[in-house]
Amino acid sequence: MSLQQKFWTVMGAVLALLLVASLVGWVLSLRARSDSSREVIANLNARIGAWWWMVAILCVCFLLGRVATLMLFALASFFALREFLTLTPARRGDHLPLVLCFYLAIPLQYWLIGIDWYGLFAICIPVYGFLLLPAVTALGGDTESFLERTTKIQWGLMLTVYCISYAPALLLLHVPGYEGQNLLLLLYLLLVVQISDVLQYVFGKLFGRHQLAPSVSPSKTVEGLVGGGLSAVAVGAGLWWITPFSLWGSAGMSLLIVVAGFLGGLALSAVKRSLGAKDWGQLIDGHGGMLDRLDSVSFAAPVFFHVVRYALM
Amino acid sequence: MITARLLVGLVRLLVGAHGRWLGCEPKPVQRIYFANHSSHLDTLALWAALPPLLRQRTRPVAARDYWGKGGLRGFIAEHGFRAVYIERDRERREGDPLEPLCAALAAGDSLILFPEGTRSPDPLPQPFKAGLYHLARRHPQAELVAVYLDTLHRAMPKGSLLPVPLTCMVRFGRALQLAEGEDKESFLQRAHAAVVELA
Repeated sequence: MSLQQKFWTVMGAVLALLLVASLVGWVLSLRARSDSSREVIANLNARIGAWWWMVAILCVCFLLGRVATLMLFALASFFALREFLTLTPARRGDHLPLVLCFYLAIPLQYWLIGIDWYGLFAICIPVYGFLLLPAVTALGGDTESFLERTTKIQWGLMLTVYCISYAPALLLLHVPGYEGQNLLLLLYLLLVVQISDVLQYVFGKLFGRHQLAPSVSPSKTVEGLVGGGLSAVAVGAGLWWITPFSLWGSAGMSLLIVVAGFLGGLALSAVKRSLGAKDWGQLIDGHGGMLDRLDSVSFAAPVFFHVVRYALM
Repeated sequence: MITARLLVGLVRLLVGAHGRWLGCEPKPVQRIYFANHSSHLDTLALWAALPPLLRQRTRPVAARDYWGKGGLRGFIAEHGFRAVYIERDRERREGDPLEPLCAALAAGDSLILFPEGTRSPDPLPQPFKAGLYHLARRHPQAELVAVYLDTLHRAMPKGSLLPVPLTCMVRFGRALQLAEGEDKESFLQRAHAAVVELA
């Protein structure tokens, strides 16, 4: 099968699934009796609606190619960073470092991916950004909770720009025998992460009994993680034909993505709680903010990228 | 029209400017929206947070010394949000400084006003100047709606050139009216408290 055929086969399946999900959501909304169940179902339907948008955006990405994909993820980073920093109290002296994060770091990071400069893309923010930002903040002269302020800016930048940029960075991997098909690798990553999220939510709602970390995220349960996670691994393994991996290799990669994604969701929930918020924002209807959708991607993408690079290049 | 749309798009991209109608509904009646003032983005954020239909009939009151000097800023003020200029410099005033505001109200438009008169570095507003009281007295038909803008003092603090994109929530509170025989001080305090309670 060609790249085109593979992409549209997978998308066809996703669209069919979404259609079924939308139908189920519609029937459930007709049958809901109590207020609380109506609320759960309204939330479910909002999530399904948002999924349609995400799939549409992925298709546009695929049709328009590499530059459009990079711009789209740059925009996602922008919104995610905006959310993160909105919840993070900053002082007057943080203005210049914040300006640098938005107007220099984001374009630079995605431009480096665009021109295929792996060496600088991988160290630009963790080395130069890490050192430059506190120096610039110090020049502002405000030492009041200096360490906390710089830490929060660094965290935001690493998470929302550096980590998320690893997803489109999959396009710059040169896997022998897989040339020109890297968009499928991106599709694979996003599908496994998001399906894992959805299935963990569904399994948790249906069978969830034991909370995993009640103080961090009350909705995460052992049953949800195991049931949803294993199902997502099965789906990922079943997609081996769009990847450069064997069947078992693909199962292993999916497991890696699921675990990293789960840990990302958990860690970022803790960050969110410590900032005193329930959702990162209200950007996506029913999904909270951009970071509520990308929390697992931000952890899964860098790990997946580097393991693929190590294993296959 | 195009300028206004582009401007709203840009403001949404930069600072979100999502409106939350807590104390009143977004109805097309004549209003004077008054808010705390901490950055040059305030005018744009409040104006962009209004639904399109209301936005078309609402004109922000803008300082002539900042928005009225031509160039890009002047273009945005004239063609983007149709500013009503107010002269802050006492030396250059001729006659009644509130005259242009009254004219806009008489023409049926709503106004956006920052009664502090200048930007404050703090999240909470400074005491209000008398302009709001005089407008309330002369135009009793206009509803006075308290508005609170959060985050913007961080997005573009006094003295900065570029805004940092941070999500701003625009909270619309309840409508006030000047009570019969209410004196200036107590009215201005009441208006101030209405903004503060949204913070």
